[in-house]
Amino acid sequence: MKQLDARGLSCPEPVIMIRKAMMSGEKAYEILVDNPTSRENVTRYAEHQGYTVTMREDGGEFTLTITK
Amino acid sequence: METEVKLTKLASCAGCGAKVGAGTLSRLLEGFRTHSDPRLIVGYDRSDDASVYVLDDSTALVQTTDFFPPIVDDPFLYGQIAATNALSDVYAMGGEPKLALNILCVPEKMDKETVQEILRGGYDKAYEAGVIITGGHTIHGLEPIYGLAVSGFVHPERVLTNSGARPGDVLILTKPLGVGILTTAAKADLVDCNLLERLYRQMATLNKTARDIMVEFTVHSCTDVTGFALLGHSYEMAQGSGCTLHLQTKDIPFHPEAYEFAEMGFIPSGAYRNREYAGPGVQAAAGVSRAMQDICYDPQTSGGLLIALPEKEAAQCLERLKDEIPEAAIIGYVTEQEEASVMME
Repeated sequence: MKQLDARGLSCPEPVIMIRKAMMSGEKAYEILVDNPTSRENVTRYAEHQGYTVTMREDGGEFTLTITK
Repeated sequence: METEVKLTKLASCAGCGAKVGAGTLSRLLEGFRTHSDPRLIVGYDRSDDASVYVLDDSTALVQTTDFFPPIVDDPFLYGQIAATNALSDVYAMGGEPKLALNILCVPEKMDKETVQEILRGGYDKAYEAGVIITGGHTIHGLEPIYGLAVSGFVHPERVLTNSGARPGDVLILTKPLGVGILTTAAKADLVDCNLLERLYRQMATLNKTARDIMVEFTVHSCTDVTGFALLGHSYEMAQGSGCTLHLQTKDIPFHPEAYEFAEMGFIPSGAYRNREYAGPGVQAAAGVSRAMQDICYDPQTSGGLLIALPEKEAAQCLERLKDEIPEAAIIGYVTEQEEASVMME
């Protein structure tokens, strides 16, 4: 599973990050974000690309597990 | 004109997306001492576009200010858009802007030509609006900011507030939505340059024409759709008017490209703040997609006017508007208060 850290980034950078990563064609990613906008936007992007997203919250940070 | 440092790279938020949420604002202002004055007919106690102070039987002063960080990289265009947006609040009150002051903040190292281009953009739009810029204030800061403090005039009996909508009114919107989403996607270099060009023209188009046509009709209520998005501003109109606004989503003009970018998650944080603010008062029918809702929560920089007027005049008003503004559309209607302030159908 490819690990990505998008903490400290604001929209649309986390989406750009996951978009670039997905160009490698892997089936699973884990991305760490630190605000609700990034959480929502990365989830929307992944779902739009046909992935399933599960979310885990820990102290204001969100870990999104993205799988196909 | 291209600058060496991209202007938008200096901005942490785009255009009206930088606006502090409406809920946060009202909490900040709670409990302050203020004078009351019967001549102040639209003031701090109302969530309206500008304040209105009656001078005599035929004249009221309209005051407003608006400014934001760069939304585009071209400094002239940025100046044009910021000025257009600031002037819009006077048009939304049914007034005519007359005088303005520059509000400018630029990094100390920014080259003189770029600063001059920002101001030239502002002066260009002020001139087009028939407004005189009489001065202003400039400071140094890390993030550029530009806008205007605007004074205008309106007949006291023809002030258009955002709280005058009545059951039986029809709603007209004069500019297509999707600006915030598209400028967010543009930061990822995903937006076609022709579309961007159209978007920039739209943001730099004064609401003067829409205002001039609108005042020929019996308009009950008006606001400009900016940072709080169509739904935030509709929510305020509904709350202020004690009515319910019904928005027919199939009729709402928006840039079709914004729909897919919304599905892809290119949504500015301001849209989520707007959803948090207005969401509890908005009810969306089952068939209204999430992306369509995102578009209606999307903060608009220099957006169009949302006009409420009697149904019997709506078709004629729209026809007049469409001659000058082809994108104008009837997007809904107003009823007595129902279970939600705004109902998306």
